[in-house]
Amino acid sequence: EFRRFSLERSKPGKFEEFYGLLQHVHKIPNVDVLVGYTDIHGDLLPINNDDNYHKAVSTANPLLRIFIQRKEDADYSAFGTDTMTRKKNVLSNVLRPDNHKKKPHIVISMPQDFRPVSSIIDVDILPETHRRVRLYKYGTDKPLGFYIRDGSSVRVTPHGLEKVPGIFISRLVPGGLAQSTGLLAVNDEVLEVNGIEVSGKSLDQVTDMMIANSRNLIITVRPANQRNNVVRNSRTSGSSGQSTESSLPSSTPNILANFLQGEEESDEEDIIIEDSGEPQQIPKAAPTSESLESLTQIELLHESTQNGFLPSSEMNLNHSAGSVSMEYEAQDPDHKSLEEDGTIITL
Amino acid sequence: MRRFLRPGHDPVRERLKRDLFQFNKTVEHGFPHQPSALGYSPFLRLMAIGTRSGAIKLYGAPGVEFMGLHEENNTVMQIHFIPDQCQLVTLLDDNSLHLWSLKQHSGASELREEHRFTLKGPPGSPPSATQITAVLPHSSREVLYLGTESGNIFVVELPSFRVLEDRTITSEAVLQRVPEDYCNRRSCELVEALREHPKNPDQILIGYSRGLIVLWDLQNNKVTHHFLGSQQLENLYWQRDGSKFISCHYDGSYTQWPVSSDNRQPEPLENLVPYGPFPCKAISKIYWQTTKNGLPYIIFQGGMPRASYGDRHSISVVHGSQQTAFDFTSRVIDFFIIFSSEPTAEFDDPSAMVVLAEEELVVIDLKTAGWPAVHPPYLASLHCSAITCSHHVSNIPLKLWERIISAGSKQNIHYSNMPWPIDGGTNIAPDPPQRDLLLTGHEDGTVRFWDASGVCLHLLYKLSTVRVFLTDADPNDNMNTLGEDEWPPLRKVGTFDPYSDDPRLGIQKIYLCKYSGYLAVAGTAGQVLVMELNDEDAEHVVDHAEADLLQDQEGYRWKGHEKLKTRDGPVRFEAGFQPFVLVQCQPPAVVTSLALHSEWKLVAFGTSHGFGLFDHQQKRLVFVKCTLHPSDQLALEGPLSRVKSLKKSLRQSFRRIRRSRVSSRKRRGGSGNASEVQEANAKFDQDALQEMELAPVQRKIEARSAEDSFTGFVRTLYFADTFLRDSSRHCPSLWAGTNGGTVYAFCLRVPPAERRMDEPVRAEQAKEIQLMHRAPVVGILVLDGRSTPLPEPLEVAHDLSKSPDMQGSHQLLVVSEEQFKVFTLPKVSSKLKLKLTALEGCRVRKVTVANFGSCKTDDYSENDLAVLTNLGDIQIISLPFLKLQIRYPCIRKEDVSGIASCVFTKYGQGFYLISPSEFERFSLSTKWLVEPRCIVDIPEVTSNNHMHNKSGMENAARKS
Repeated sequence: EFRRFSLERSKPGKFEEFYGLLQHVHKIPNVDVLVGYTDIHGDLLPINNDDNYHKAVSTANPLLRIFIQRKEDADYSAFGTDTMTRKKNVLSNVLRPDNHKKKPHIVISMPQDFRPVSSIIDVDILPETHRRVRLYKYGTDKPLGFYIRDGSSVRVTPHGLEKVPGIFISRLVPGGLAQSTGLLAVNDEVLEVNGIEVSGKSLDQVTDMMIANSRNLIITVRPANQRNNVVRNSRTSGSSGQSTESSLPSSTPNILANFLQGEEESDEEDIIIEDSGEPQQIPKAAPTSESLESLTQIELLHESTQNGFLPSSEMNLNHSAGSVSMEYEAQDPDHKSLEEDGTIITL
Repeated sequence: MRRFLRPGHDPVRERLKRDLFQFNKTVEHGFPHQPSALGYSPFLRLMAIGTRSGAIKLYGAPGVEFMGLHEENNTVMQIHFIPDQCQLVTLLDDNSLHLWSLKQHSGASELREEHRFTLKGPPGSPPSATQITAVLPHSSREVLYLGTESGNIFVVELPSFRVLEDRTITSEAVLQRVPEDYCNRRSCELVEALREHPKNPDQILIGYSRGLIVLWDLQNNKVTHHFLGSQQLENLYWQRDGSKFISCHYDGSYTQWPVSSDNRQPEPLENLVPYGPFPCKAISKIYWQTTKNGLPYIIFQGGMPRASYGDRHSISVVHGSQQTAFDFTSRVIDFFIIFSSEPTAEFDDPSAMVVLAEEELVVIDLKTAGWPAVHPPYLASLHCSAITCSHHVSNIPLKLWERIISAGSKQNIHYSNMPWPIDGGTNIAPDPPQRDLLLTGHEDGTVRFWDASGVCLHLLYKLSTVRVFLTDADPNDNMNTLGEDEWPPLRKVGTFDPYSDDPRLGIQKIYLCKYSGYLAVAGTAGQVLVMELNDEDAEHVVDHAEADLLQDQEGYRWKGHEKLKTRDGPVRFEAGFQPFVLVQCQPPAVVTSLALHSEWKLVAFGTSHGFGLFDHQQKRLVFVKCTLHPSDQLALEGPLSRVKSLKKSLRQSFRRIRRSRVSSRKRRGGSGNASEVQEANAKFDQDALQEMELAPVQRKIEARSAEDSFTGFVRTLYFADTFLRDSSRHCPSLWAGTNGGTVYAFCLRVPPAERRMDEPVRAEQAKEIQLMHRAPVVGILVLDGRSTPLPEPLEVAHDLSKSPDMQGSHQLLVVSEEQFKVFTLPKVSSKLKLKLTALEGCRVRKVTVANFGSCKTDDYSENDLAVLTNLGDIQIISLPFLKLQIRYPCIRKEDVSGIASCVFTKYGQGFYLISPSEFERFSLSTKWLVEPRCIVDIPEVTSNNHMHNKSGMENAARKS
């Protein structure tokens, strides 16, 4: 069934309100539904939060076509960016789900429930024998779940083959993040941690580095099993000429620049609880900030009578506005290479 | 574009860095670890101490110090000064001899190794043939006589160490004229002692271990006298005029022998077992000293009755009817007597006895009645009770300095007034730039105040906190004074006492305010004492308060030690720092952080459970804050649960100690016993190795979570007058940082001075910052509007610091083990940060603000952070921009206790323990450098050796 109604484009309101409105106009107040819309490319995209709702409203041209489905018989596969290629089928799939009687497919949760847990990065700049794996610990309850040990590996050096000490993955904890990614294995040699070479560092140092970076750990390994390596075209295989050498001194800063951009933002958001209000992320000092964090702030009211002390009159609480301020600054590229290059942030 | 310059690319800054920073290890304070040999030159009036690790240290007048290190790192067995020379010879346990010289170099004397030599026997001879047991530097300064295990005495030329084979004194030659029956009973065995005749340099006395003593004529190469001792010989000593000598023996006896030209086989004059009649231990060394009044001093080591006093480490002094057995708390390594060395003097007239025990140096004044001890100006036994913490205060005001010295002098009345007898050399170092105090807290509940201004770390005053508490061991119980008729007449000397009656008394944190004389001291059982300096003895009640840090937390049980019981009623305190307030934390866990604000009269303390603030003016607890995470069970159970994990490492270290003890006993003699021990050691090593191989070393990689243990552990406390709430009004505040990466800030309201006693101090939590990396917070600092760290309390009031800039915006610096972060205040926004661990894999262990002055211009100085990492590196990080300036390797990363013991001073120096008894002093500053600089005058005689030594100097071993 179709409904048509109007929204004020400049004041779309919140997703919750919109959701309520949909339930209201369809007279299905207690039915859980999935909401989707077709964007300008014809893709069926979900609406499940304020952001994509606002995006949907702003792209309406002028009509916004909304599809709603009951949650229990929703066809999740209909969503996604790939839907463009299947454009023709999309609508029919959605509108006539009985046409789509394949075997009972595995129910994958909605994109809103997804969070990246790992990725292989910098494939284009690394030698084929190496693999750079990013583990996103942030927000995951799963333990990182691996152990490292000392070992030795054979390197090609100017003096011929030499046995050099190295750091290796010694154990994966079942069910841990490291194991579940399938990207790390026992006896993989660890070459770098977040862009820093581990050669010359002790096991304890590398442990500390990994733990310090555990919220967003990027480790470059030489997998013990080299058979699963991606065979690449000539351009990149050129760099694999030095594959036995772990160091890529000249290219390291660039590599870092690639992956540090996003990293710092999600990296650490210290929390402040002011004398009023709730825990909030710490904003970065706006004008002179050198850090790449984006932080927000909330305030929380403390019981001023705690410990049985009277609030002093001099200490009248100064509530700053409780609004969320998200300040992203356009980062200039120099800035980043500076950030990763040393331990230093200069003025 | 300057901001994009990489560090190290700014030439101006680079030049400035060279003028500001420089790393030097300058001097070792304290008592050498594991001393193994002692030497003394009456000519230079210098004393030399050798150690088991191959170090040799020379000491003269206060400030005159030299240090050398044998490359081999072997135990120094013997040290002998070459008579009337600036040279000495050391014998190591690998049987090598080393010649050291004091040479002047750019205005100051330096100790250098010039030559080394190992005695080689003829091919095929057993190693014992050349194993050196006795060394005699001849007064001619040209040769060394080397007694060996084989009984032969080799002669080597100095300084070339060329063996003069034709002058070897073989045991065969010695035995030629010995009566047949004596010869059959005992062969020569090893050479135990070599002594030159005091008047006739052509005669030397040779003592063999089985008892035979001969007087050998060097001119005629023959024995002139045989002395047929019947007991195993330990040592020999000539009487000053050469008419008699004295021998001491394994059975605890000593014997006097006459030497006269007519008697070729003299009989002993007197044979005495001083502590007989029951079997006695050996007398290992003996002195016979003549005096003007005719009564000699006989001074000997050991000889105690085997059964009842065999475990004592004693040296007995007998002078007429006076006899005292000085009883040392640790093994006596060696001793010497300082006596008149003028060749023209008729008598020895001994003035002092210098005893090197394993753990301390004791000097006894032999001229003053009662033979009191002399207070040494250096070589203090820092570890007389184990050091548990240290605190350094720079630039002490003269007034406070004098009051501390005066309090200390009242404690030292039992010491002799004798000037320090070892006074060779001249100290030419400039006077220390300022008065510095180093305070060490000890396991027995004492705090020692050391003069750390110069080269000599000198004890000024000792404070004991024990009197405040009721402990099991009443100090009156273990009085060591014995009645007059006690035999042997033992007298305990020295201060080394490693046994603590109650470990809860241990001092963990110290804070001294140099302006007000307030001192806060906190200990193992959660006790916090606030003290005030009083120049008079006083008796008063110590106010007592309890701080329940668990507050409303329920269901937790403390399994650790109980709190200390306090004494009721008034307590008598001697002049000095006298406690007036005691706060006891509940549960009585170790105090982990302490801060004192003498202007606001507040003291803050933290444990693994939380922290509290106490108003020591009104003697009232202001507030407590529990920092425990509900899941942090470990912290609640007390230290016992922590012990478990330590158990294994403890067991291993005990084994190691035992092993080192065993190996130390092997000395010479190399009989079957020693090889057995070695075998056992080898087996142990193998076992230990296997054990290690079974458990491969691996490390778990896991993110820190809020649930980790000890997150509530309060690591740092900091008082600051800053903008905590709004940018228009600043107020007193207290900051606390925990092991879990949390920073708490409390707004304080301190009533104005005139109403200070009437209105309560109030506190209210204003902020709580959680660092997401959750690393322990080890330092908190507020920078003023000029980015200068806030001054210490009362510093401005005493006109010693500019007032902080309260106009501009303040900044908060939080140092965690992993990162440095600067936040704005009052609104906490992160401004910049320096990640240390993520980039370098090291963690911050210690951090302090230090002021560095330029060595080029007097008017430039800057504040930087001095940081010690867990790898033992020192880094200097600029303020406020957190730029790494420079990095120096300082302490081995395996030396965990060294790293833990490090303290920085406010002017870029530092101290850390290189052994339980020694502080290494280092300097990061070009301007402030405290190092020994001294001259030992070289007499003319050395000139002919100069050419010879030239080559030696070039390959001289590395000094200190």
